[in-house]
Amino acid sequence: MSALQKIFPNMYRDSVALMRLSAEASDLPGIEAVSAIMATEANIALLAEAGLLDGATDAGPNDLLLVIQGGDDTAITAGAEFIESALTETAEGPSEGGGAPALPHSIETALGTHPAANLALISCPGEYAGAEAMKALRLGLDVMLFSDNVALEDEVALKTMGDELGRLVMGPDCGTAIINGVPLGFANVVRPGNIGLVAASGTGLQQVSCLIDDLGGGISQAIGTGGRDLNSQVGGRAMIRGLEMLASDPGTEVIVLISKPPDADVAKRLMDLASACAKPVIVNFLGADGGAGTLEEAAHLAVAAGNGETADIKNLPRHNLDADALEKARAALGSGQGSIRALYSGGTFAYESMLILQPLLGTIWSSSPLNPDGLLNDPWQSRGHTVIDLGDDIFTRGRPHPMIDHRLRGERILQEAADAETAVILLDLVLGYGSHDDPAGELATAINQARDIAEAAGHWVHFVGFVCGTDADPQHAARQAEVLGNAGVLLTPSNAQAARLAADIVGSGS
Amino acid sequence: MSSDLFNSDLSVVNVGLDSFADAIDGAGGQAVRTDWRPPAGGDGSAGRAVAALINDAQIDAANETAFAKYLAAQPILEGVGRAGDCLPGMGERTITHSGPPVAWEDMCGPVKGAIIGAIIYEGWAADEAVAKSLADSGEVTFAPCHHHSAVGPMAGIISPSMPVWIVKNSDAGNMSYCTLNEGLGRVLRFGAFDAEVLERLNWMQDVLARVMGAALEGLGGIDIKTIMAQALHMGDEVHNRNAAATSLLIKALIPPALRSGLDQAEIAAAIEFMAGNDHFFLNISMGGCKSMLDAAHGVAGSTMVTAMSRNGVEFGIRVSGAGDEWFTAEAPVVDGLYFPGYSMADAAPDLGDSAITETAGLGGFAMAASPAIVQFVGGTPADAILRSREMQQITLGRNAALTLPALNFGGTAAGIDVRQVADQSVLPIINTGIAHKEAGIGQIGAGITRAPMECFAKAVRWLADNKAPG
Repeated sequence: MSALQKIFPNMYRDSVALMRLSAEASDLPGIEAVSAIMATEANIALLAEAGLLDGATDAGPNDLLLVIQGGDDTAITAGAEFIESALTETAEGPSEGGGAPALPHSIETALGTHPAANLALISCPGEYAGAEAMKALRLGLDVMLFSDNVALEDEVALKTMGDELGRLVMGPDCGTAIINGVPLGFANVVRPGNIGLVAASGTGLQQVSCLIDDLGGGISQAIGTGGRDLNSQVGGRAMIRGLEMLASDPGTEVIVLISKPPDADVAKRLMDLASACAKPVIVNFLGADGGAGTLEEAAHLAVAAGNGETADIKNLPRHNLDADALEKARAALGSGQGSIRALYSGGTFAYESMLILQPLLGTIWSSSPLNPDGLLNDPWQSRGHTVIDLGDDIFTRGRPHPMIDHRLRGERILQEAADAETAVILLDLVLGYGSHDDPAGELATAINQARDIAEAAGHWVHFVGFVCGTDADPQHAARQAEVLGNAGVLLTPSNAQAARLAADIVGSGS
Repeated sequence: MSSDLFNSDLSVVNVGLDSFADAIDGAGGQAVRTDWRPPAGGDGSAGRAVAALINDAQIDAANETAFAKYLAAQPILEGVGRAGDCLPGMGERTITHSGPPVAWEDMCGPVKGAIIGAIIYEGWAADEAVAKSLADSGEVTFAPCHHHSAVGPMAGIISPSMPVWIVKNSDAGNMSYCTLNEGLGRVLRFGAFDAEVLERLNWMQDVLARVMGAALEGLGGIDIKTIMAQALHMGDEVHNRNAAATSLLIKALIPPALRSGLDQAEIAAAIEFMAGNDHFFLNISMGGCKSMLDAAHGVAGSTMVTAMSRNGVEFGIRVSGAGDEWFTAEAPVVDGLYFPGYSMADAAPDLGDSAITETAGLGGFAMAASPAIVQFVGGTPADAILRSREMQQITLGRNAALTLPALNFGGTAAGIDVRQVADQSVLPIINTGIAHKEAGIGQIGAGITRAPMECFAKAVRWLADNKAPG
């Protein structure tokens, strides 16, 4: 028989709560009697009468007094610990009323309930996005910063901090990524595989990953860097980190780097790292010498390398329209019809298209031209061969991106169809998470109206396009292609082929 | 060091477009959704300051220290003293007021009225006109109660001759002071200073102080936290409702008062006075809270709020790691429930040091304890519970000594962290009485309000600017 007395000074508990607690503790093994009371004179007298208290105690009326009797010290210690932990427990148990707990308002509170979270996907307005990314880094998360309008100096600061902490900072303005098979932002559902991508271009990443999927390959990881990563100030920090991560990732056997031409020093650094890498690295700096010339070539090179083969990219098809069909298409055009009007929703597609068209057709007009002399004075009015990116800030100010909302592109299609110069309207159709549920349906409506307008004016307009997506995407690429095909769109497998087909229709032949 | 992102299951905290979370869940990843809102109410520079303070080991350690001192504090009501003798640095020509510092010419109606009343009460002037010119002359020093270890409800006026409760934190030894509650209606703390008001103040200074002092001496002090803890289980939140705590106090004081040997008529008058005022305990609650929070003040680097207070013009907060700084904003007018015949148009902006109770985790933070006054927060006990739960999101921890039955006896949320207020844009909730904007009319309503974000935005900027390197 053993006994213990413990005073919790200045601790108040309601007597009912203490009786319940005492009863629970007395059910523990080896415990014979437990009493936890507020040490008022009356309560102390009760304890004494019950034989639980020998002599005096130092406890006063504001103190909580615990008395335990039991078989041995171990049992008593366990009983005392049970009571003490119940008394110092601050959290509440499940409660009735009050409703479900509200969603967390911050990254830190989200981590409170989900401590295993490892990445923050940030798409809040740009003015707040840099601070959110910094918090995420400080809290030990890798970051995908979808938001744009983040200051360049903030991007440099975030990526410098990421390097110090060993964290990946994708973005700002990183539209897409695939990490551990999970599509993030605007991303397609592609087959898992051994090819890892790092891309400064969102639609470039989508096109290459979808073409790899189409060619039977698969993606291990796809890392976005944001469009400014490879300029001289940022110095390619995210692409370098991405390259290093993929180089040491056992699931990645081939690496593809995708970007518009980087700053010269950054390009050299990346090329050096690429050649030093133990894995094959396919470099696709659009418009730069060496490496893959088009997104499509990059996909072919990657799939071949992934299979341990070499790709014959010199003999890739120019496009998928045969000579007869091409001749027919040309014959349908009137004498004044000679212009391509390319209305893209993806900026990289517009860029790649200009790279292909300019050597074939001369000046390509644009709101973001390859050469300054191709700048459209009025981006809302095409002239000659025009290639525009409707996702450009000029067009998206105050309205949703054309991958989500097709109204602006629909209006522009009608405008081009009414122009007697227009021979070919060139379109992309980007699928995947984040994009419109049925973009082909939206475009088909506009295309049918455009045909009526052109017909009324006595001419025929060709539509050339391609679908960037997979059959596993929520919109289903094959079904979307079917809708466009039914609307009379000449479909190619890639942007590069679409651009070349458009050129061949308006050109004198190749 | 390198990210192990590829080697772990992807779990994504989604900040912004909810459709991205849908896509992640749909593709077999785990999305942790947030109800994100711009930090610091959209104040970009404060939002960036918060980012620099989040998950900082030094700050977290400082907060742990400050919060532990708050938890360990044992405020004991020791006695009654004369303000001029007790309040450190007060002197004989100082009058203290509630809230952050404010110049005489800028003060709101009730505070000006109460100061005129205090000047007449002290005998420094015979009437209102002379009292005003004395106040104008600059010969009287005006200072926040908080600068003299004190707190006062509403106008918060303390002049040297007034009796004050003496509260000692038996853990750390710090002393705090608060006036004795005058009751409702025409009273000095709402700016009234007619003959009846002054007569009552004189009686309190003479009789009430004597009886209370003798009773407390007989008891050897009263543990304030224990009364608070009991009152929370009896329907008080010890800011806007003090009915239970006042009863517990009276119960404790009557036997020693009767045994004190003082004049029976005086004892009876004192007991009657207490029994006629359900808010009698409020000032003791405030003194106790001040005691607990002063213990936590002055820990370098700590982002814990140690005072929230209003002077009818500005709302101010003090932060443990920011020394003597006040971070202020315009005081809001409370959109509460008004007594018949009054509306928001009649209300003075938020006023009084009593938000020290919320700062200590009581009042609005303990709303779940007080179903009797849930009308102020939307009408149902469930609303009150939601408020108390919401406050858990912006506080450093829970106080196991102050438990809330409706939260299954969970401790009340305490230790407001300015970082969390700013980061989540969740503002501390305050239960408050509403004073008429003109001096002397008194209380015209009550309700709940929120501390202004600007105070917290200024605080996080200051803390980020003054952050210790490393």
